[in-house]
Amino acid sequence: MTLSIPPAAPESTSADRGAFVPGFSGLSCRACGAEAKTGPSFVCSRCFGPLRATYDFATVAQHLTHETVARRPRTLWRYAELLPVERVPDDGLPVGCSPLVPAPRLAARLGLRQVWIKDDSRNPTLSFKDRVVAIAAARAREFGFHTLACASTGNLAASVAATAASMGLRAVVLVPADLEPAKVAQAVALGAHVIRVDAPYDAVNRLSLELTDELEGWAVLNVNLRPFYAEGSKTIAFEIAEQLGWRAPAVVVAPLASGSMYTKIAQGFEELSAVGLIERSATRYVGGQAGGCGPIAAAFAAGLDEITPVAEPVTIVRSLAIGSPADGVPALALARSSGGSVEGVSDAGVVAAVRLLAASEGILTETAGGVTLAALQRAIDHGVVGTDDEAVVVISGNGLKTLDVLAELPDQIIAPTFDAFEARWAALQGAGGAVR
Amino acid sequence: MSRVRIPPVLRDVVGGSRELVAHGATVAAVLDGLFADQPALRDRLTEDGRLSSFVNVYVNDTDIRHRQGLETKVSSEDVVILLPAMAGGCDEVRAHLSSR
Repeated sequence: MTLSIPPAAPESTSADRGAFVPGFSGLSCRACGAEAKTGPSFVCSRCFGPLRATYDFATVAQHLTHETVARRPRTLWRYAELLPVERVPDDGLPVGCSPLVPAPRLAARLGLRQVWIKDDSRNPTLSFKDRVVAIAAARAREFGFHTLACASTGNLAASVAATAASMGLRAVVLVPADLEPAKVAQAVALGAHVIRVDAPYDAVNRLSLELTDELEGWAVLNVNLRPFYAEGSKTIAFEIAEQLGWRAPAVVVAPLASGSMYTKIAQGFEELSAVGLIERSATRYVGGQAGGCGPIAAAFAAGLDEITPVAEPVTIVRSLAIGSPADGVPALALARSSGGSVEGVSDAGVVAAVRLLAASEGILTETAGGVTLAALQRAIDHGVVGTDDEAVVVISGNGLKTLDVLAELPDQIIAPTFDAFEARWAALQGAGGAVR
Repeated sequence: MSRVRIPPVLRDVVGGSRELVAHGATVAAVLDGLFADQPALRDRLTEDGRLSSFVNVYVNDTDIRHRQGLETKVSSEDVVILLPAMAGGCDEVRAHLSSR
């Protein structure tokens, strides 16, 4: 049985749906601790360190209970007390509450006791990016921006495009020119102004940083709204915990690009424990990177504390092709302190893992999900994950977005006759037992 | 004399300037010259005499970490770009995990 989050209980009231006591207490500098005014800023005015959202956990513990959450609609706003907002927006896309799917056939193939797929490809634009965009876009409108912008490896572009449309705002997205055609087309079709840049993602990201605060009315969601944006990924952990009956699993496996989602999932479980919604857990966090762009995996394997950026990523996994990961150092520290690992995976291993998930559970993931599943396989091989473990695999995007590298159409076309079918079927059966 | 581009988040300490100029044959020398002229910028971007890890430096759009770091050569034709390094801020997670 897939563990979905149940609909809001009939006794749900309008107060349950919209009203809440905010737990968000402001922004502060991660480096020096200085408080910052809540606004579209991401850098400390004193020391240039990054800003983060902070919460009053005592207040949250008082107001956010299992029962309160259960009464609320099935979107990520059901955890509003632990999100960096003072009110829940009344428009935008219905994001979150993606299913947690049991994967018994995959577990048997991997030799694990229990495997769950957190299928986050089941968000409105088919990726987890809808979570971070939902939070940042809500804040962007509060701050008076009319344009939602971003640098993207693909999924974010579509999410920004759709979210902007759903809120009556404009979307402008900058993408590397070599992105998967399906991802670019999705953003274009959703009405975004798509600017293709002849450079890898890191250069596109640098360009977006240069644009930030230069253009009146533009919110660059993953830059000047980053303290709000990054918090959206925590809701993956909130949902996993709720779907497991308010507990954390032994192992969480997630893909690493900037490292933000991976670390925010851990933060999510920590916060649930801090406000008494789950017991403190000893969850291990396993991360996956593509071998052709694996600066965090390389540092982990070498036992280093510093990340050496990759100048020119070479991988089919374009959504993870970030050579200079913003949260690489915290991700590395999390992998080590939790007893997890960061695994590098070859492109061939990615494709094999995508096919394994599809064949064993009927879930078609984009290449990043192949990295994630292959990382779990490597973590098992390395003894990081054992046969008695229960693992949750976060599938962050839908396979329709990367079909260009995952599937080839059958080259044989037959006439519409029984004889032609029989001949073709016989040929397929003879081809190494490919047909069951 | 190289041009140094100042991002909006730092302009309050340089009188609103979008671009400044500084002498030097390497990134380190250019930044030394810049900081001599703009001590408030030095205060914001350095700690114990070292450039903050929260600053990324580019020469003509190339991250100096892909070249020779602060020893990267700079000519008068080059543009040095200072930008904040982005991070989500997860130290609290590390603190929790290391304390258990």
